[in-house]
Amino acid sequence: MSEQLILAADKIAAPSISYWALLPMLILLGAATVGVLVEAFVPRSARHPVQVAVAGLGLLASLVAVVALAVGDHARTGTTFGIKTAPNVVVIDGPALLLQGTIALLGLISVLLIAERSLEPGGPFVANAAVVAGSPTDREHSASADSQTEVFPLTVFALAGMMLFVAANDLLLMFVALEVLSLPLYLLCGLARRRRLISQEAAVKYFLLGSFASAFFLYGVALIYGYANTVTLSGIRTAIDESPSNDLLLLLGLGMLVIGLLFKAGVAPFHQWTPDVYQGAPTPITALMASVTKVAAFGAIMRVLYVAFQSVRWDWRPIMIGIAIISMLLGSILAVTQTDIKRLLAYSSIANAGFILTGVVALTPAGVSSSLFYLIAYGFTTVAAFALVMLVRDADGEATHLSRWAGLGRRSPVFAGVFTFVMLAFAGIPLTSGFSSKFAVFSAAAGGGAVSLVIVGVIASMILAFPYLRVIVLMYLNEPAPNGPDIVIPGLYTSFALTVGVAITLVLGVYPGWALDLANRASEFVR
Amino acid sequence: MLAAQPLAVEYTAASGALSTAWLLIALPALGAVVLLLLGRRADKWGHLLGCATVGISFVLGLWYFFTLRGLGNRSVSLDLYTLIISGNFKVNAGLLYDPLSAVFVLLITGVGFLIHVYSVGYMKDDPGRRRFFAYLNLFVAAMLLLVLGNSFLGLYFGWEGVGLASYLLIAFWYYKPEAATAAKKAFIMNRVGDVGLALAIFILFATLGSVSYQDVFSGVGRMSTTTVTAVTLLLLLGACGKSGQFPLQAWLPDAMEGPTPVSALIHAATMVTAGVYLIARANPLYNASHTGQLVVCSIGAITLLIGCIIGCAKDDIKRILAYSTVSQIGYMFLAVGLGGGAYAAGILHLLTHGFFKAGLFLGAGSVMHGMKDQVNIRRFGGLAKYMPITAATFGIGYLAIIGIPPLSGFFSKDPIIEHAFDRPGWTGWLFGGIALVGAGLTAFYMTRLMVLTFFGKPRWTEDIKHPHESPPSMTVAMIVLAVGSVAAGGLLAFHNALANWLNPVFGGATEQTPAEVAHKIPALAVTALVLVFVLAGVALAVVIFREGTAPQEQPARSVLVRAARANLYADAFNEAVFMRPGQWLARALVYVDNRGIDGLVNGLAAAVGGGSARLRRLQTGFVRSYALTMLGGAFLVVAALLVVRLG
Repeated sequence: MSEQLILAADKIAAPSISYWALLPMLILLGAATVGVLVEAFVPRSARHPVQVAVAGLGLLASLVAVVALAVGDHARTGTTFGIKTAPNVVVIDGPALLLQGTIALLGLISVLLIAERSLEPGGPFVANAAVVAGSPTDREHSASADSQTEVFPLTVFALAGMMLFVAANDLLLMFVALEVLSLPLYLLCGLARRRRLISQEAAVKYFLLGSFASAFFLYGVALIYGYANTVTLSGIRTAIDESPSNDLLLLLGLGMLVIGLLFKAGVAPFHQWTPDVYQGAPTPITALMASVTKVAAFGAIMRVLYVAFQSVRWDWRPIMIGIAIISMLLGSILAVTQTDIKRLLAYSSIANAGFILTGVVALTPAGVSSSLFYLIAYGFTTVAAFALVMLVRDADGEATHLSRWAGLGRRSPVFAGVFTFVMLAFAGIPLTSGFSSKFAVFSAAAGGGAVSLVIVGVIASMILAFPYLRVIVLMYLNEPAPNGPDIVIPGLYTSFALTVGVAITLVLGVYPGWALDLANRASEFVR
Repeated sequence: MLAAQPLAVEYTAASGALSTAWLLIALPALGAVVLLLLGRRADKWGHLLGCATVGISFVLGLWYFFTLRGLGNRSVSLDLYTLIISGNFKVNAGLLYDPLSAVFVLLITGVGFLIHVYSVGYMKDDPGRRRFFAYLNLFVAAMLLLVLGNSFLGLYFGWEGVGLASYLLIAFWYYKPEAATAAKKAFIMNRVGDVGLALAIFILFATLGSVSYQDVFSGVGRMSTTTVTAVTLLLLLGACGKSGQFPLQAWLPDAMEGPTPVSALIHAATMVTAGVYLIARANPLYNASHTGQLVVCSIGAITLLIGCIIGCAKDDIKRILAYSTVSQIGYMFLAVGLGGGAYAAGILHLLTHGFFKAGLFLGAGSVMHGMKDQVNIRRFGGLAKYMPITAATFGIGYLAIIGIPPLSGFFSKDPIIEHAFDRPGWTGWLFGGIALVGAGLTAFYMTRLMVLTFFGKPRWTEDIKHPHESPPSMTVAMIVLAVGSVAAGGLLAFHNALANWLNPVFGGATEQTPAEVAHKIPALAVTALVLVFVLAGVALAVVIFREGTAPQEQPARSVLVRAARANLYADAFNEAVFMRPGQWLARALVYVDNRGIDGLVNGLAAAVGGGSARLRRLQTGFVRSYALTMLGGAFLVVAALLVVRLG
């Protein structure tokens, strides 16, 4: 009796938190907090450079910490990493580290795009968000070189939330992370300098639908708790294994949970916010959402499905296959008739979400690693694409309507050349990351027995190639529009982000081996 | 089976000097990229860079050549790049440097360098000179890739690359409608051939799972005879397209619309011989298919005759040379089709032809340079007095091509005719006879060209007063090529030097000890017979054209002349057999497409577009409808989950 008491007391005293393992997230949360303080104490004129430095260095430090963790862990344990910390609610395992590193790097280059001020005075963000759009004061402000520098701490908070999202081993913590990443994004969507009304409309839409999705998620958590009496993923797994009976609560909960996650990932039929929000949000924020948010959302989807609901995989797999098919077909078919480059990229992101799901439902280690690889490859190509969209400008800001892009190949061959490369990568032409990543997920899915899905995937990627090639044709073969947009010479930040995005797209196409190898070694979830 | 025992194909990995063989391709490619990207900024020194990159490649080629000579296994492969995405998907790219590619490298970079130098003078006043050198460099890089690739895929990339460069260079003066049309014609007829090549590669991949030379050649034994024959015939189709062989010969003479150095380099010395290279390279496949070899021989024999006959009837100096090229490549095809020891004879003829035909074209360019770009030999005459160097170098090329000993053409053409006669059965007599007649005809039309251009009385147009010799930058190249035309044949044939060198490539077939070869007719007799035919051709031409000729084309008195002037109706044939039915077919297809397939192919696109437009209406922009869709989706997901579990 007394021995048992002592043991119990030991257990209570034991909750050791490995701050080392949490370091990447702690650094980001710290940087975000410093950013808030900067807003309060640093004079307005100096805020922008200070904020850029704080956010940039914070992300860099976080990236270094992730790499150090991965390397250190690898050295310590040999082959697999996996630390469960903060009693069982946070897991730092292979997928978590890989995704966190990707989030940090993609976040860093997105922050560079956000920081770019050379394209227009004051950068892409509004000078004073509180002023009513279209009012005389607003017109006065629109020409000023100020902007809301709160975007930097908001972005860093969102990124910290995403890092936590992919490492959460507990549904409640996952929900907290979901809100930490979502709330700043809602705000950021509404801060565009130009076309403020459409930007604010996007923010409200995203917020309303996002809350709706969060409600689904939370409802799912409640139902699962009712079934399993726990909210930790490993606990749910044990509960399912121990009671193999059909349970309505479990299936309803799983469905709700998945809906909340699929919404964040922009998968059809929970995709409808994507085109409106991608179009309305300031382009750097669109780049952030299309790349990093997608990485985080899929990281969480895979963790939930593979760790908690592995035992009922034959229940959810057919549904996920159906969703993947809907997403691939709907995204690619709708992309065909788009006339706005940002909406085109939005629908392409819906189709690509379907391609990633193709890897997820393979239910094999190759499926996980190919999905991880796809996320990395797609993220960098997407950031490069949106960075290029930022450069096509006329008097009204970015010229995103495709008719304005006619003949750009003749007027700026370098821009058109790079954009063509990015489009070909999206279309999946060999020697770009688009080809190697599509090949990887399709072969994983075929290996996992989902041949029908692969056939649909190939058809969808053929349909999807059409709008991409149309943009290329438009740029090279059409007569330039009179008084068409100009290509602005990118500043240092954008150039760097663009170079990284394009270079990684090329490298992952030409030498995909090492990255696939990395994803392979990081493909095991700790349960 | 001619070579029954399967080849032991062993390539050693490159080491030392040879591991830098990729530089051969990289240098001219770099030159092309720099010249194209820098644009006008490179106008001042662009031609020098173009010459330098090819010159350095030539020096490297020599160095590698001597390194290769010192090796035991003279087939060196160099892996450059491997794309692996998953275990079963692997693409290798690499180079193969062996005796065959080594001699091609020397030919391409050597003749290429001379022609680059010549072009500096020839294109001096052309505003697009930098662009011209960029394309020439691109061509050299692609051609080197073609001969250095270690798989059919590498060859295919180079094949398309030289096709592109050839297209760009034929259309270099794109504002001339004839040039633009000729480029299009070349492009389309080459596509026909390329389809054959691509299909052959697909079949190889489908049967053997690999397209590297090593895997294909060691896997010949595992393929059925039918497959091998199909592959050889498809490869031959590709070779015919690129090399201007029957029935795809019509584009090559039209390609003479490009600048003369292009005609010399691409459409005489190097690119058009790619077909010969392809067949020689794929010799293990051809050795395993009698049908394939017979068809190659027949194509070669037909083409060599066609080229000679049309060559006799043309008045345009460059077109005569073009048809002569068609006919000489016919000889090479005949040789590589004969197989065995004739492979080496074919390659030897290819090399010597590279020298004398390039020299002849440069001579023609020099004549045009002095005669205000005129090309009609009826309006030349007596130019030897005004252009002594051109006349002398052209004369050497002329003696070489008709096969007068001891010039190089004699050493290369004569063995082909001997080998043709040696072919067993009646086909030997047939092919040998055709080759013999061809030699006589070649002597006739080349003598006609020579006499009408350089001798006799001037028949110039009024605007020409004093034809002048070309500047040294042009004549130097012509002189060097003339020296090559004299000496190359003898040197390469001496003690079977080239045949022994190429022996590993052809699996021991070309190493001959003259005593062992049993000839149907004694070699000396064949040689004498050939010389008789050649001298008869020369004499006939001299007698007819000694006094010059009428300045205008005379009405044709015989059917043969009329036919020859109309390119033996090849264009009419193409028009009647391919173009008209093609147009008819296209019209019919458009009709069917509009009516029937619209619902299928076009209709599919329309359905996608229409579906897209209809689905777009779901995107109303109202949050409430979005939320409703989400709710509907949620019901679906949950319902489906329950159905899966319960159903």
